Amino acid sequence: MTVTLFIPCFVDALFPRAGISMVEILERLGHRVVCPEEIACCGQPPFNSGYHAEARNIAAPVLEILKDAEAVVIGSGSCGAMVKKFYPELFKDTRHAELANQVAARTWEFSDFLVSKLGVTDLGAKFPHKVTFHDGCHGLRELGIQKQPRTLLANVKDLELVEMPEISCCGFGGTFATKFPMISTAMGEVKCAAAAETGADYIVSSDSSCLMHIQGLLSRQGKPTKTISLAEVLNTQ
Amino acid sequence: MSTFVSDFKAHATEKAGDLRHRKVISTALRSYEVVRDKRKAAFQSWESARQAAAETKWEAVNHLDTHLESLVAKLEARGTKVHWASTGAQAREIIAQILRDKKARCIIKSKAMTSEEIHLNDALEKEGFTVVESDLGEFIVQLRHEPPYHIVFPSMHLTRGEIKDLFQKELGDAPSDSPEDLTMVARRVMRQKYITADVGFTGGNFAIAETGMISITENEGNARLTAALPKTMVTLIGIEKVLPRFADLALFLPMLATAGAGQPMTCYNTMYSGPRQPGECDGPEEWHVVLLDNRRTELLADAEQRDALHCIRCGACLNVCPIFRNVGGHTYGTTYSGPVGAVITPHLRGLQEWKHLSNASSLCGACTEACPVKIDLHHHLLQNRRNASASQPAFFEKLAYQLFGIVANEPAFWSLAKKIGWLTQPLQRAVKGSALDPAKAWTKTRDLPPQPLESFKDWWRNRK
Repeated sequence: MTVTLFIPCFVDALFPRAGISMVEILERLGHRVVCPEEIACCGQPPFNSGYHAEARNIAAPVLEILKDAEAVVIGSGSCGAMVKKFYPELFKDTRHAELANQVAARTWEFSDFLVSKLGVTDLGAKFPHKVTFHDGCHGLRELGIQKQPRTLLANVKDLELVEMPEISCCGFGGTFATKFPMISTAMGEVKCAAAAETGADYIVSSDSSCLMHIQGLLSRQGKPTKTISLAEVLNTQ
Repeated sequence: MSTFVSDFKAHATEKAGDLRHRKVISTALRSYEVVRDKRKAAFQSWESARQAAAETKWEAVNHLDTHLESLVAKLEARGTKVHWASTGAQAREIIAQILRDKKARCIIKSKAMTSEEIHLNDALEKEGFTVVESDLGEFIVQLRHEPPYHIVFPSMHLTRGEIKDLFQKELGDAPSDSPEDLTMVARRVMRQKYITADVGFTGGNFAIAETGMISITENEGNARLTAALPKTMVTLIGIEKVLPRFADLALFLPMLATAGAGQPMTCYNTMYSGPRQPGECDGPEEWHVVLLDNRRTELLADAEQRDALHCIRCGACLNVCPIFRNVGGHTYGTTYSGPVGAVITPHLRGLQEWKHLSNASSLCGACTEACPVKIDLHHHLLQNRRNASASQPAFFEKLAYQLFGIVANEPAFWSLAKKIGWLTQPLQRAVKGSALDPAKAWTKTRDLPPQPLESFKDWWRNRK
């Protein structure tokens, strides 16, 4: 299968290892990976702020580029939700409406693609650490992805998964993190405390943006817990 | 910036950093979650119950006109006086006029968020009436001269010790901080008020169109006394509280109790169908029901967000909301706080003045997942943002997104932006968190990740 990999803007700029791991995993599974260089962003920041015209300005070229893609895989639950769930709403009653629905139907979040589409649950990875998993809210509640990453982690050798006492938002929320920094920070502190309760060495997530927020707090506070993307864990040997 | 938004930001900043507040609220809500989950598990299918409740409320709200007509006809048939109030001011005047007619001096109240919504106590006290809240939590916040902290748990922000000190100061009596002792103190004070009150005032949880009944749910028995002892009873209820059938209560009463407080059923559920009838030995001689619109019909006209009128005021969305948990109920500055408050306040009190509540959300969706009547809460926050930006865009924000669009749509610009980001990292580190730092909103409390020289796209290009 030819997989069109959509690497979100912050993964491209700040967390290339996450994207590289996705390419290597998909190629190891025998798929042809293409990665359109013209795509930088899904348009979520203006969309979430209510600026739909500005969001369409970014998202419409994305739709055109993804028009003929067999399967689109996005390395983020949040951007995945943008394309799968919010593009149809954003483009409703526009000339891109039909295309938005088609692309949405062919788009997958990375862990969901591996487990639900490809039926792959064991990538032969080995990660001898105690980890906890953070569910990005968009992947969890907009796309209903919860079991898939855990299924994949369960087959990573020597990995011990300890769940946090409750599922909660990390407080990132895109522009929310800078519009209401103290609320966002407080939410992040609650999240870090929940992760610390598990005694995990690593916080793993499908969403690098959440990890950027969590890691930002951890490193400012001098905490030893580390963060790593799910794809990087799955790409270990 | 309006005072509403600057007040919100100031209070939110203060409360978000208040670790004591964080601990009190999270401890209370963690125990709520345990009992709530236990009660949810007692439903054969909580999800089916939610679906049924949402459909029933849909039916109620989408045929509100006929249900209200039926409700009023049935109420009036048994001698209840029904009043229609389009605005809060009208409702206040209707209620004040009833009190004047009755030459009332003291009013005993059971819990009613609608009365908070129309600022009834202030208006009545200004006219010289004595108003006493009889719900224990409301009684406590009334003694503190503050609004309820939470729509279901008005004084959840206070510890037993603080309540003991308050009672000692205001009532001169607090033998210990045990809930039993404190309740007995409040009870002694209130019993006297019940005897002397001329009018009993209540809210209502559900209004049954089929039978013409108002259903009131409570845990303390205070609403029953409020309705039973004074000669005149006044009930203020929002028009959206209608349920089509009496049998609908079989679902809504346990659902409200479960979602709201993790109870199988609230202790007292009473259905009122009229004032004292000939031959009956108790109940008020007169019952006035005031039906409150106060811009609910404007929300009804909004097809996209009409389901916000499904709300049964259980508070479940507040309880699970990480924003509510960190900023607390008073920070919102509204009667209805938390996610549902952020959704409906712009409709009830003005979009531009209250849009900041819809912006102050990470859109995590925990509220929508928790809502027993399936209100699409977090998506309504997005719609409020869209409506606010469309009608009154923020110049610099719009411009920023237009510029971002130019950069995102042109790979050469995007590459350049990344290079500039990489090159200016030492500068960023030097001004980190200071007034000079353009990213200080982030860097004041959080580090930025180091940016690698080689981006993913660089790697991809080099590899090919």
